[in-house]
Amino acid sequence: MSTTTVAHHEEHAEHPSGIMRWLTTTNHKDIGTMYLTFSLIMFFVGGSMILAIRAELFQPGLQLLNPEFFNQLIGVHALIMIFAALMPAATGFANWMIPLQIGAPDMALPRLNNWGFWLLPPSAILLTLPFTLALFGIGDGALATGWTFYPPLSVQGGIGVDFAIFAVHLLGISSVLGSINIIVTLFNMRAPGMTLMKMPMFAWGWLITAFLLIATIPVLAGAVTMLLTDRHFGTHFFDAAGGGDPIMFQHLFWFFGHPEVYILLLPVWGFIPQILETFSRKPMYGYKAQVYSFWAIGALSVVVWAHHFFTAGMPVPALLYFMYSTMAISLPLAVLFFCWIKTMWKGSMSFETPMLFAVGWIILFGIGGLTGLMLADVAADAQYHNSYFVVAHFHYTLFAGGIMGIMAGTYYWLPKMTGHMYSEKLGKLHFWLTAISFNLTFIPQFFLGLAGMPRRIPDYALQFAEFNMISSIAAFVLGFSQLLFVYNIVSCARGGKKATDQVWEGAKGLEWTLPSPPPYHSFTEQPIVK
Amino acid sequence: MQVFKKIGLGLAAMLASLNACAEYAWNFPLPATPMATDTLHVHNKFMLIAMAIFVVVLVIMIYAIFSHRKSKNFKPVTDKAPSTAVEIFWTLIPFAILLLIDFVIMGIPAYHSVLMMEDTRDKATMVIKITGSQWRWQYEYMDGDAQGIKFISNLSTPKEQTEKGYQGVKNEHYLLEVDNHLVLPVGEKVRVLMTSTDVLHNWWVPQFGSSRVAVPGFIRETWVQIEKAGTYRGQCKELCGKGHGYMPVVVDALPMAEYKAWVATKKEELAKASAGADKVWTKEDLIANGKLVYEKNCAVCHQITGAGLPPAFPPLTGSKIANGPIFGADGKYLKDSHLDRVLNGVRVMPAWKAMLNDTEIASVITYERNALGNSVGDMLQPSQVKEARQ
Amino acid sequence: MKNEALTVKEQIDLKNKKLVTKLVWLVIGSLLFAFALVPLYDVLCSLTGLNGKTSNTAAVISMAKVDNTRWVNVQFTTNVMPGLGWNFYPKQSSVKLHPGKIETVIFVAKNTTNEVATGRAVPSITPGIAAANLKKIECFCFVNQSLKPGEEKEMPLRFFVSPELPKEISDMTLSYAFFPAVKN
Repeated sequence: MSTTTVAHHEEHAEHPSGIMRWLTTTNHKDIGTMYLTFSLIMFFVGGSMILAIRAELFQPGLQLLNPEFFNQLIGVHALIMIFAALMPAATGFANWMIPLQIGAPDMALPRLNNWGFWLLPPSAILLTLPFTLALFGIGDGALATGWTFYPPLSVQGGIGVDFAIFAVHLLGISSVLGSINIIVTLFNMRAPGMTLMKMPMFAWGWLITAFLLIATIPVLAGAVTMLLTDRHFGTHFFDAAGGGDPIMFQHLFWFFGHPEVYILLLPVWGFIPQILETFSRKPMYGYKAQVYSFWAIGALSVVVWAHHFFTAGMPVPALLYFMYSTMAISLPLAVLFFCWIKTMWKGSMSFETPMLFAVGWIILFGIGGLTGLMLADVAADAQYHNSYFVVAHFHYTLFAGGIMGIMAGTYYWLPKMTGHMYSEKLGKLHFWLTAISFNLTFIPQFFLGLAGMPRRIPDYALQFAEFNMISSIAAFVLGFSQLLFVYNIVSCARGGKKATDQVWEGAKGLEWTLPSPPPYHSFTEQPIVK
Repeated sequence: MQVFKKIGLGLAAMLASLNACAEYAWNFPLPATPMATDTLHVHNKFMLIAMAIFVVVLVIMIYAIFSHRKSKNFKPVTDKAPSTAVEIFWTLIPFAILLLIDFVIMGIPAYHSVLMMEDTRDKATMVIKITGSQWRWQYEYMDGDAQGIKFISNLSTPKEQTEKGYQGVKNEHYLLEVDNHLVLPVGEKVRVLMTSTDVLHNWWVPQFGSSRVAVPGFIRETWVQIEKAGTYRGQCKELCGKGHGYMPVVVDALPMAEYKAWVATKKEELAKASAGADKVWTKEDLIANGKLVYEKNCAVCHQITGAGLPPAFPPLTGSKIANGPIFGADGKYLKDSHLDRVLNGVRVMPAWKAMLNDTEIASVITYERNALGNSVGDMLQPSQVKEARQ
Repeated sequence: MKNEALTVKEQIDLKNKKLVTKLVWLVIGSLLFAFALVPLYDVLCSLTGLNGKTSNTAAVISMAKVDNTRWVNVQFTTNVMPGLGWNFYPKQSSVKLHPGKIETVIFVAKNTTNEVATGRAVPSITPGIAAANLKKIECFCFVNQSLKPGEEKEMPLRFFVSPELPKEISDMTLSYAFFPAVKN
C-alpha cells in the first residue's frame, strides 16, 4: 500500500482564506466550483440577452431594440452560451468529478488549472465590454455578425469584432489548458487497477472532448487571427480583391465549429448513462459499445464540417460526400440511444430530479438529433438553412442536449458537492417548467422556419406573428424558471438535510465512497480498483 | 418497417387535419417550382421517418418508465453483464436500422434531389443575374428580348411602419414588398446567376426551393422554373448587417405573352428615363426628385436627416465631400469628389453607377448639396452625369 | 517512507511533463494546420472547381483536338466593385464555341476619373465544375491593370474550353469582378 501513497499536498496543506483562497487555489474542487459558478452567472447573462431579443420579436414591428443592437445581441448571446456557459459547466464538472471518479488526489497540473479558469472572466468582459463602451460613445457596440464571424461582414464591422476575436483567443487558450490537464490526469493519475476501459463514462466523454478541443480550437484561433490581420494589417485571406476567398473562412470556422457541437455534448453523454444506471439500479448497458461510439463520433465530427454551408455552393461530389458523411453520424448515435434506453429497460427506476432531467434529456435531445438528420439532406437544407428551423434544431441539441444535461448532472452531484440534499419538490417543479416551456419556445420555431422565416432578423412579416408570440411567452417562462434552479442550488449549498456518502441508493463509483462533501484533499490513500 | 409506415401515416393524417382547420402554416409554403415540389416531398418523407423513429423509441421508453419502476416493486434484472457477443448483436440492430434509413430510405431520394438542384443538363431558356448589395437586390436580364433591362429593387414598406414604436396598421405584405418586382415568365427554366458587391447575401424565395449565397467577387448559380403565375415573396437569409431584415424579394411570374408585354414596357420606360438625361432641369425639380431618390436609397445608412451613423456611415451634413467641388479645372470630375463617391462608391458605399440612372444621380447629389443642412448652392445636371460616366 | 513517496511523486511529475510536451506539440501542429489550410484550400479549389475559382496563370495552348460534335455557350458578365471609377464590359455578351477551339474576346475598360487608377480583375466561373475546364491563355486578370485619367483600353482574353468538359454542361458563365488593386 505504501507505494501507492502519494504525498502530493504538502505545498498547500494550509490554504489562504477569503478572496486569495479563490485567486490562488490549485484545489480541483475549488476550481470546479469557480467554473460552475461562473457558468451559472454567464448562463443568466446570455439568457437575459435572448429575453431582450424574444421581447423584441414578441410582435411584428420594432419595439425595443435597434436592428444594430439586435444583431449584436444574437451573436454575443451565442458566444456566451457556448463558450462561457456550456463549456465551463462541463469543465467544472470535470474538475470536480474526474479526480474523484478515477481515484486521483487532484488534477495532474493544479497550477495550469488555476490559470485556465482565471482566463475566463477577462474574456467574458472582453465580449461584453463593447456594449458598455458604446454607451460612452466609443465604438459602435459588440460583434454584430452573429457568432460565426463571417467575412466580409466581420471585416466591415467595428471594434466589437476585435474584442470578440481577443475574447475567443483567451477562451481558446483556457479550453486548451483545461484539455491538456484533463488528458494528463486521465492518462497518468488513475487509481491502480483502473484501466482505460474501466474508466467511468464521464471520463471517457471528456477524454474525447479534450482531444477534439486540442485538434480544433487552434484552427479557430488561426481563422480569427487571419480575420484580425485582414482587418488591420492589410492581408487578404478572405478578400477576393487580394486573391482570398470569404468562403474559406467558413471552411476554417466550421472545421472547428462542427466538432465544437460534440465538444459540448460528449461530457453530457458521459454522465447521463451514469445517472441512468444509478436510478435504474442496474449497471449501464453496452459500456464498450458506448466508448467505441464516442470514438466514432469524435472521428466523424472533424470530416463533416461543410454541411453548415451547403447553400454557399459546392460541386456535386462535395455535396454528396458531406451529406452522406453527416448522415453517418447517426449510426453511432443510434447505438448510444439504444444503450441509454436499454440501461433503463427492466431496471427498478425511481424518478428523482436528476433522473427526470436525464429521461427528458433523452427525448428532447432525440428531437435535436432527428432534425439534424433531416438537415443533412442537401436539397431540403436549402430551405432549412438559416431559417428558424435551424434555430429550433440547434436549441434542441444545445439547450436540451447540453444545458438540460448539465442540469441533470448538477442535481445528481449537488448533494455530493455540498453535503446537503436539495429540495426535491423544487427540483421537480424546475424540471417540468423547463421541459414544458422549452418545448413551447422551440416547437413553434420549427414551424416558423418551415413557413420561411429567416433567422437573425429583428422584425418580421405579419404571417409569422402568432408563432413568435407563443415562442416569446414561453421563452420568458423558461427564463424565469431558471431562478428556481439558482434558488435550489444556493439553499442547498447553505444547508439542508445531510446527504449520505452514497447519496443515491443505486449510485456506484469511487466518488460515492467518499464522504459528502468530500474532504479538501480527496484521496489521501489512493484506492485500488479491482 | 410496416409498423413504422402505419404510425407515420397516422401522424401525417393527424397533421393534415390540423392543417385544414388552422390558419397557421405547418409546413413549407405551396411549392411553385419542380425543385420546391421535390424538396417538399423529400422533407415530408424525412419528417415522417423521423417522427416514426421518435414515436417508436418514445413508446418503448414510456412503457419502461411506467412498468419498470421501483414504486411498482419491479426488481431489476439480475446484475449479469451480457456476454460480448450478445451485446454486439443487440447494438448492431439500431446501427443496421439507421444504416438502412440513412443510405437507402433517405439516401436515395436525397441523391436524386441533389442532382436535380445542381441540374445543368437541361438547358435554360433565359439567364438573369442577381446582385446583392447592402440592402437591396439588383436584377439584370442577361439575354433574349429582355437583355439590357436592369433595375434595383428596394423595400417599399413605408418607413414610418418599420420605425421603432410604430403602433398603427401595417401593410398586408409588411416587410415583404418592394418597389420593383422581378418579373419572370411562367414555365421557362431560368438560370439565376448570383453575386454581391459587399458582403454575403442569400436570395431566397421559400416557394422556389432554391437558395444560394451571393459572394462578393464570385459568381454562383441556381435555377428556377415557375409553374404557376402569381406573386412570390421571400427575403435575404444571410446576415448582412443592420438592414438584413429589410431586403425582401418579390417575384411576379407572368404568362409568356404578358411577360413579353412587360419587357416591352420596361424597355420603353428605361429608354425614356435615359432620354430624360438630356433635358435641362431646374434646381428645384432636381432637389424635389433627389429627395425621393435619397429617402429610398441613401437614408438607410446616412439617415433621413443626413446625420449618418458614424463611424460606419459618415454624416452628409457638413461633410467635406458633399460640400467640396465636383469638377476640376479640366472639366473632369475629381477623384474623391461628391460625384466620384456616388458613381463609384468606396468600401461599404456601393457604386451607384450600376444602380441609378443619370437623372437620379444628378438629383440626389443636388439634393444632398442643398438640403440636409448643406447649402453649397450649385447643381448637377443629368447631362453632366451622363458625360462623366463615359 | 517519505523518500519513497517523493520518488513516486517525482516519477509522476516526469511522466506528466512528457505527456504535456506531446500535447503542446499537438496544439502547435493544429495551429500550423490551420494556416496550411490556406494554400491547401486553393489547391483543392483549382482541382475541384470549388467556389468557381479558376487558375490565375496562363494555360499552355491546347494541343487537344477540337470537339466538333458539340457547342458550348460561354457567357460573360462583369462587376466593377466599389472604389474603382471605371467602366468595364465585354464587347460581346457571349460566345458559342466548340470545346478545344481557341477564342478571343475583347473587354473594354475606361477610367472615367481624373486620376491614374489600378485595378485587378478577379475571375469566377459557374457552374463550379466547369471552372477547371476553362483555360485562359492570355488574360488581363493575370496582373494588375493601370489606366490613366480618361484612358480607354481594350483588354483581350484568349481562352479555350477543354474537351474534357463534362457532357452535361452546355452553358457556363465567366464573371469578372474588377476590384481596386490592393497594396502589396
